[in-house]
Amino acid sequence: MKWISDETVAHLRGVADSADLSGTKYRLGDEIGRGGMAVVYKALDTELNRDVAIKVLHLSDVTPGMVRRMLREAQVIAQLEHPAIVPVHDVGTLSDGRVFYAMKLVRGERLDRHIEKLKSVFDRLRVFLKVCEAVAFAHANKIIHRDLKPENIMVGAFGEVLVMDWGVAKLTETFEPQLRSPVDPESGLARSHREVASETTDHGLVVGTPAYMAPEQATGAGKIDERSDIHALGAILCFLLTGRPPLEFDHSKEMYQPGYPSSPPPLAVKREVAKRLRAICLRAMSTLPANRYQTVETLAADVSNFLEDKPVSAYRENILEKAGRWAKRNRFLLLLILAYLLMRVLLIFFSWS
Amino acid sequence: MPIANASFPITRYSAIFATRSSDVPERTRAYETILFAYWKPSYKYIRLKWQASNEDAEDFTQGFFAKAFEKGYFEKYDPAAGSFHGFLRVCIDRFVANERKAQTRQKRSGDAFHLSLDFAAAEEEFRRYDQSSTLSVEEYFHQEWVRSLFTLSIEALREKCQTAGKQIHFQMFELCDLEAEGEKPSYESLAKQFEVKTTDVTNYLAFARREFRKIVLAKLREITATEDEFRQEARTLLGVGLS
Repeated sequence: MKWISDETVAHLRGVADSADLSGTKYRLGDEIGRGGMAVVYKALDTELNRDVAIKVLHLSDVTPGMVRRMLREAQVIAQLEHPAIVPVHDVGTLSDGRVFYAMKLVRGERLDRHIEKLKSVFDRLRVFLKVCEAVAFAHANKIIHRDLKPENIMVGAFGEVLVMDWGVAKLTETFEPQLRSPVDPESGLARSHREVASETTDHGLVVGTPAYMAPEQATGAGKIDERSDIHALGAILCFLLTGRPPLEFDHSKEMYQPGYPSSPPPLAVKREVAKRLRAICLRAMSTLPANRYQTVETLAADVSNFLEDKPVSAYRENILEKAGRWAKRNRFLLLLILAYLLMRVLLIFFSWS
Repeated sequence: MPIANASFPITRYSAIFATRSSDVPERTRAYETILFAYWKPSYKYIRLKWQASNEDAEDFTQGFFAKAFEKGYFEKYDPAAGSFHGFLRVCIDRFVANERKAQTRQKRSGDAFHLSLDFAAAEEEFRRYDQSSTLSVEEYFHQEWVRSLFTLSIEALREKCQTAGKQIHFQMFELCDLEAEGEKPSYESLAKQFEVKTTDVTNYLAFARREFRKIVLAKLREITATEDEFRQEARTLLGVGLS
């Protein structure tokens, strides 16, 4: 038997793992990205003659559970028709049992890499507000993302923002999809919506990314709801403002038990961030869900207020800060008053002398 | 696109569990499967870790697999305690240590399997090992195990293509995927060389690669005990999550 070199072994690994799209209308292109569950390739839709992105389940993960998860992800995204959510075009199964779905090819950059190009706080907050819009839309459709982080946000060439990777999204208990039920890959039979919803609310299953994960999600101790995403949004805001992910919570203590910190680690939001923005971050990232913003809209409203130099609900200003902000907003009026006063003083002075 | 043809491994054959079979031919076949997949990596591992001479490593390898069959080593493997790889390495280490201690090296080859293993080739491969490599012995063992698995799969693919009268498919696979050196031939040049259409080249290669993938996974499934272990090994084998 002929010896095969290390280079050939590496090449054969790629051959074995690459997606075999024969039998589909897609022609395989380069690999774009690789995650824990799937690989994303660029591909050509030969019927429509357009480039698409194809997400293919890893060959090692062709199990009924993972197949269901991929199918569900495709259906969750298909449910969410929003400019900030990548549309799914197609879903299917390859000859080796791997599920794939085709989606719009996003030409852009992940937020964690794109942040360097967003020079001003204003630009960064504008991106953040677009992320908030997408998440608020998902929440309105009873879907919780559960893995929001800069790596899952794409910024397109024209400044469009897209929230990606809905693989671990949770459908809230009241969710009633308007789509057809997914197909059970084992039996080939359609399953009820309730079945789909229940498998996504597994208790004790910890999914997400530690630095952005809410304590109730990381510890598995509390109910995961929209406020868990709000925590992640707070962490993303912190990242956008400091260029670093926030510090992780100390989960060594039991959540909701005496001694568990009620607020995030003090250094989680660095000093260089304006006090009002810091307060917004800290409120969004509060340990207890009840202390956070209760909806994405209220969080976004606070950020918008900050951008417009209006008071934010997360921060109580003292009289000097209020005056300072008023002065900043009414700079022209203030200058006029000062000029008027100065003129009066000069007139009085000259009339006396 | 309709979701169809989802193929799942509903039943699995594991050579590791088959070593416990009371049926002697089945047991022998299971040991042979494990032997074929692991003898070369084991030989090289003994050469590297135990600094054994090539003759000693040959004796130890033969002796180890013969004794494993005789004493039913692999039947004691518990998937809950770790991977079969790790278990095998522990067994080899224990065996070599005992043999060295007792100074009772005996030629045991042929007692159970009557298999002639090509130790000269294994030795030649071992000599390619880069002494300045930073790989640990465990990583080296794993790397050689992957090489062994791919080599066996290539042979199986060659046989399959030959039986099915698809030699051209294999030859194209060989030229495109097995020739490490130099530039890969273009589909046009392959079409000219084999006097077929370019689209045929695409299809032939897709067939060979698809079969290769199937064979690799089937072999991997054979030498792992559980679906979890299979998935774990497949992830490392295919480099999932490594890049």
